[in-house]
Amino acid sequence: MMMDPETKKQREDVCPGKKLELATVQAELAKVQGPEYWRSLEELAGSSEFREMMHREFPKGASEWVDAVSRRGFLRLMGASMALAGMTACTRQPVEPIVPYAKQPEEIIPGRPLFFATAMTLGGCAQPLLVESHMGRPTKAEGNPEHPAGLAGSDIFAQASLLDMYDPDRAQHPALLGDTRSWKAFSDAIRGPLASQKAVGGEGLRLLTPPVSSPTLADQLRALLQMFPKAKWHQYSPLHRDAVLGGAQMAFGQPVETQYRLEGADVVLSLDADFLAPTFPGALRLTRDFVARRNPDAAMNRLYVVETAPSPTGAKADHRLPLRAAEVEKFARALASALGISAGASTLSGEEAKWLATVVQELQAHHGASVVICGEHQPAAVHALAHAINERLGNAGRTVIYTETVHASPVDQTNSLRELVADMRAGKVEMLFILGGNPVYDAPADLDFASALKDSKIPVTVYHGLYENETAQLCPWFTHDAHYLEAWSDGRACDGTISVVQPLIAPLYEGRSVHELLAMMMGQGGVTGYEIVRDYWQKQNKAGDFEAAWRRALHDGFMAGTAYAPQAVTVKAANFGAAAADDSGLELNFRRDPCVLDGSLANNGWLQELPKPMSKMTWDNPAWIGPGMAQRLGLKSEDVVELELNGKKVRNAVWVQAGHADNAVTVFLGYGRRRAGRAGSGAGFDVYPLRTSDAPWRASGVKLSKTGDTYKLASTQGYQTIDTEVGAKPVMRAGSLEEYKQHPEFAQEMVEAPTPGLTLYPNVNYGKDPNFNALGYAWGMAIDQNSCVGCNACMVACVSENNIAVVGKEQVVRGRHMHWIRVDAYYQGDRANPSAYFQPVPCMQCENAPCELVCPVGATTHSTEGLNDMVYNRCIGTRYCSNNCPYKVRRFNFLLFQDFETPQLKMMRNPDVSVRSRGVMEKCTYCVQRINQARIESEKDDREIRDGEIQTACQQACPAGAIIFGNVNDKNSKVAKLKAQARNYSMLADLNTRPRTTYLAEVRNPNPELAG
Amino acid sequence: MTSEEMVLDQREVPVIAPGHTFASVTHKISAIVLERPLSVGWMLGFMFCGSLVLMLGVAIGYLVLRGTGIWGVNIPVGWGFAIINFVWWIGIGHAGTLISAILHLFRQQWRNSINRFAEAMTLFAVMCAGIFPLIHTGRPWLAYWMFPYPSSMGTWPQFRSPLIWDVFAVSTYGTISLVFWYTGLIPDFATLRDRAQNKYARMVYGLLALGWRGSAKHWKRYESAYLLLAGLSTPLVLSVHTVVSFDFAISIMPGWHTTIFPPYFVAGAIYSGFAMVLILAIPIRAIYNLRDMITERHLNNAAKVMLATGLIVAYGYFMEIFLAWYGPNLSDKLLVHTRFFGPYAGPYWALWICNIIIPQLLWFKKVRTSPVPLFLVSLVVLFGMWLERFVIVVISLHRDYMPSSWGMYYPTRWDWMTYIGTLGLFMSAIFLFVRILPMISIFEIRMLLPEAEVKRG
Repeated sequence: MMMDPETKKQREDVCPGKKLELATVQAELAKVQGPEYWRSLEELAGSSEFREMMHREFPKGASEWVDAVSRRGFLRLMGASMALAGMTACTRQPVEPIVPYAKQPEEIIPGRPLFFATAMTLGGCAQPLLVESHMGRPTKAEGNPEHPAGLAGSDIFAQASLLDMYDPDRAQHPALLGDTRSWKAFSDAIRGPLASQKAVGGEGLRLLTPPVSSPTLADQLRALLQMFPKAKWHQYSPLHRDAVLGGAQMAFGQPVETQYRLEGADVVLSLDADFLAPTFPGALRLTRDFVARRNPDAAMNRLYVVETAPSPTGAKADHRLPLRAAEVEKFARALASALGISAGASTLSGEEAKWLATVVQELQAHHGASVVICGEHQPAAVHALAHAINERLGNAGRTVIYTETVHASPVDQTNSLRELVADMRAGKVEMLFILGGNPVYDAPADLDFASALKDSKIPVTVYHGLYENETAQLCPWFTHDAHYLEAWSDGRACDGTISVVQPLIAPLYEGRSVHELLAMMMGQGGVTGYEIVRDYWQKQNKAGDFEAAWRRALHDGFMAGTAYAPQAVTVKAANFGAAAADDSGLELNFRRDPCVLDGSLANNGWLQELPKPMSKMTWDNPAWIGPGMAQRLGLKSEDVVELELNGKKVRNAVWVQAGHADNAVTVFLGYGRRRAGRAGSGAGFDVYPLRTSDAPWRASGVKLSKTGDTYKLASTQGYQTIDTEVGAKPVMRAGSLEEYKQHPEFAQEMVEAPTPGLTLYPNVNYGKDPNFNALGYAWGMAIDQNSCVGCNACMVACVSENNIAVVGKEQVVRGRHMHWIRVDAYYQGDRANPSAYFQPVPCMQCENAPCELVCPVGATTHSTEGLNDMVYNRCIGTRYCSNNCPYKVRRFNFLLFQDFETPQLKMMRNPDVSVRSRGVMEKCTYCVQRINQARIESEKDDREIRDGEIQTACQQACPAGAIIFGNVNDKNSKVAKLKAQARNYSMLADLNTRPRTTYLAEVRNPNPELAG
Repeated sequence: MTSEEMVLDQREVPVIAPGHTFASVTHKISAIVLERPLSVGWMLGFMFCGSLVLMLGVAIGYLVLRGTGIWGVNIPVGWGFAIINFVWWIGIGHAGTLISAILHLFRQQWRNSINRFAEAMTLFAVMCAGIFPLIHTGRPWLAYWMFPYPSSMGTWPQFRSPLIWDVFAVSTYGTISLVFWYTGLIPDFATLRDRAQNKYARMVYGLLALGWRGSAKHWKRYESAYLLLAGLSTPLVLSVHTVVSFDFAISIMPGWHTTIFPPYFVAGAIYSGFAMVLILAIPIRAIYNLRDMITERHLNNAAKVMLATGLIVAYGYFMEIFLAWYGPNLSDKLLVHTRFFGPYAGPYWALWICNIIIPQLLWFKKVRTSPVPLFLVSLVVLFGMWLERFVIVVISLHRDYMPSSWGMYYPTRWDWMTYIGTLGLFMSAIFLFVRILPMISIFEIRMLLPEAEVKRG
């Protein structure tokens, strides 16, 4: 905690220490990279020199103001110091009445959280959320189970958004050329130029935004364009879905959005669509619907996946065909032709032809009950073909429905940016507002947005964003945005349902939302975001009681009945273009990074340290190549290669990914950021220089050359096939549907488990017993591997709930990551196209826990309810428990991984969970804080804890419902019923640890015609 | 066999060269302490080892400051150099106790010339070993929680944990060894007191001699006390390393969970201990010209013990492989496979070469009695026994039941600094020992002389 000011003063007076030079501080700050930052800034702030520097009215660096770089650095530091000085004391509440808090402060019980409905917009779609707030501090994001599109569960981005909100690297003030300016100075500065623009109808005014789904924002933009009729609004995001909308345009003549209804699909074919990954629009619902059809006791669906780079969807496939992206198009054309659509001739080789024939047969056999999903990386023609195929198969209107797109004014974003750059180069732009995004970093290389911005000498350029990133650096004016948890807004979920984004906290750094910025531009200075959003909806709601509807929308987190209605559209296209000529050149594929996306989330330590679903890579984006190609070229993981395309070269490390298509390379966007912040800057390799506007996802003819260098990668798992000498059976069990039907207990019988009770010692009875287990609870967990899609939401949820530290790449390389739950990925079979399986592994809470036996001080003990409790205060850190844990779920604080100083991070933590210090072992507790909370509630009401009343954080976040927690003593509980199923097995059952966490074996549904 | 017979036995090299008298023995040994000037070699050696001790201090200081993370340990390899070195040092200590206690009980009088420094070696080795369990914890300042003391929180150690057994075993061992050693030193302290010319030396040795006057009563009490302590120490030779082996055997990890560990650990301990005895004895007898008291017979006997214990150790290695092949346990099979062909196959095969193949040279008497080859073989064995602990600790942990969590262990410079630092500490203590205390028991050597025979009428 902070010293009281007087002591502090005294210490400074007595011991001034050595004077801290600005340059030294800069050097210190420059040295720190990654999450080490959390520690280093703290050390810096804690040093007497730093306090002394803050104490002096002007640091020594003030004399260097003439030097622009120094001045900028100085101001940044002053900003940081202000934040440090001001952050500790208070959390400021938003002044507007967010429901129910402001009007009913008596609801606040210290120590008890409140939940508020809000929504997070990512990639243009709003995800409805319930956010937990402790005494006015948002501490945890959860899915909104009431929401028609969201349902239970959330994703890694929603979970990790909390860290963004508290990120101390976020910009904290508006700036002109890096010098701090006030908001007023900014509004004064733009008033004149805007007035002159108004005189010419906004001829030189340009706006560049990411795609917009907020109705209020769209309305504001329309109003602005009315005010400046000749101004232009451009939209660009590097993760644009131009091909998707282009395909719809091609097929239907209008840019409709496609939604899939997998609950009715017996056969699913994915054409390079990773629809189970959280980056796919509507993935939460798709996951839930897909998983609902994976129950081997009901009618199980069958998933065929054709893909280039292995994805979670490919991992769940019953049959997977690795093809280069160009061949996926050929495959789609062949499929369409086989179904009688004229799609150009296309021939497939023997194995693929057989595969195709089987798929065609299956699709035709399930008329109206199948679905073909096309991935956004495929060109528009393939999307159009998919629409035609779905129509031909009778799926349109059943498993595939078409709606309006959630984006306001959808445009071809590449063209939109291209026009803007052309205007900039032609000198037509006099005022440019870049509202979010980061085009200097992520615009197509051929447009060279950065030099256009530099060369065109636009008189007024404003960048509005959360971070002073690469784009902010090239824009004289920078204004800082407010995080979604700090500002009012609204947005549409993927099904069109409208959510109001209500803030939970007043902006930490007085950032202003884009709504407020637009209002300022339109001369409505002083209007708050709340008024803007509320006024817009008041205008929409002419009839009826607006106040009640508004309160209801805020309370529920969505406006009921605003989902888009399905549209009846028919495929009009007859010509789907011609298949590209055969191309034997090496194919280069661009993919968003599964964790940091296009790079906008690069400074989020939780996402950086989250192992990517298939490679379990952290902190980096190596290029993927298949094992066959690696062997041919003599490459292995961690070799550095140079990729050359159109004369541009980038270096990248290589990761040999089992199952990757041959003769193709996949690179991931979002890394190699130069100005992301301490976590993101410098991590990984920037591959945007290779990405051009005409080949955003797939380019041919890339040259790959070995450099002879190596680069250390931090994968938490490495490549492990399940076919190790030890055999898979004790750890991970899976079988086919046929096998399961014939022999339901196949999983249990794979390994000989010791007979219960075959011991000299009396077995502990966890039944209700007044002397032992008075309340009669016995906590247990069942994880259905059939449901797990490897999305990692559980991992980030656990990090957020349990205050788990980020350790940084170097520590991950050393094997010291701290995740309490991990999702293991196992590969089985031929490395060119293996089967992949996910297995989430939290603590098994063994009844015969090997860890408890060996702790010399009794720091890990068994509770009467069967929990394996960890007593942090008692732990002396011998690590014997971890050595003796066969599941390796224990995590040790080898160094001081937690940040006990940065005020923002203190505010972020869950107050119900201890923050562990150095030298202490930790592990999954089954969210014991939630158990105890429920126990208190139930005892107040003098009742038993109801089944489902306690959800562990991982369970709550899981969109697939794969994790079920509850009381195994209650035979009617969901968990007890799952454990009674034939598929239920214990991991490493032969060790007789008797885990409370058990698994339901994975059952795949292969087509007998393709099997074997 | 009487000593006379021993001397007369022409087939055996005598334990003490002919021609010595009580006076010559006393003078020769005490002169090393009392009269011999400090040599440049001793000074340089001591300074070098002392600087390694300083390095150890730096390494431990930084460890306390930053945390265990400065070492290479991780999850899954939670134990690394610290535990390897602990087991290695404790093992080395065993030879001293075996020589002084068990051989005493068996009336093996040849031990008399080597028991003193073998015991000193035991003490110093236990001292080095004792550092590691303390500093390897995440929070060393709380390591006292492993002792059963009356805590106001009402907490108590967890007695089922082998680490607690370790605490008792090692602290008992350290205490008994110290008392045994000191008791054996008392008559010699008195000799030094009587011969010292320097006032302060006389005072210090006088205090340490506890008023020893050499009366018959003193001798009688001394003999019974020494015999009792020898009896007390004897089970410790077997129990301490048995308990240390429980640290591994009690766990459920493949490669650790095996009943063969206790005997195999004890044999390994004596194996490495005798190697260390030879490594110390061979240079000392050359430098201080003690070839007449530490004779080829000693070298020969020590080498025979090494050969015997080495074969027991080899049997242990073979049994591990055999049981993995013969038994049903897949994880044991995987472990053997990993040892043979895994990423640490190098250290594993080096272990075979060092501990099994090269020591077979000891079958040749020529090797057993030639100081230089014997010294080299002993060095190899000592290194091999260190590798054995590396194989047990690291190879078993780095690939266990969970393929997803397999990892690697790479020692950091801090690991090496700590290890080499304890070597420096050990050697510094030995350097001091040879200059301050009689490194060979004066009175026990005198007992070997023909003059000591009680002549019966």
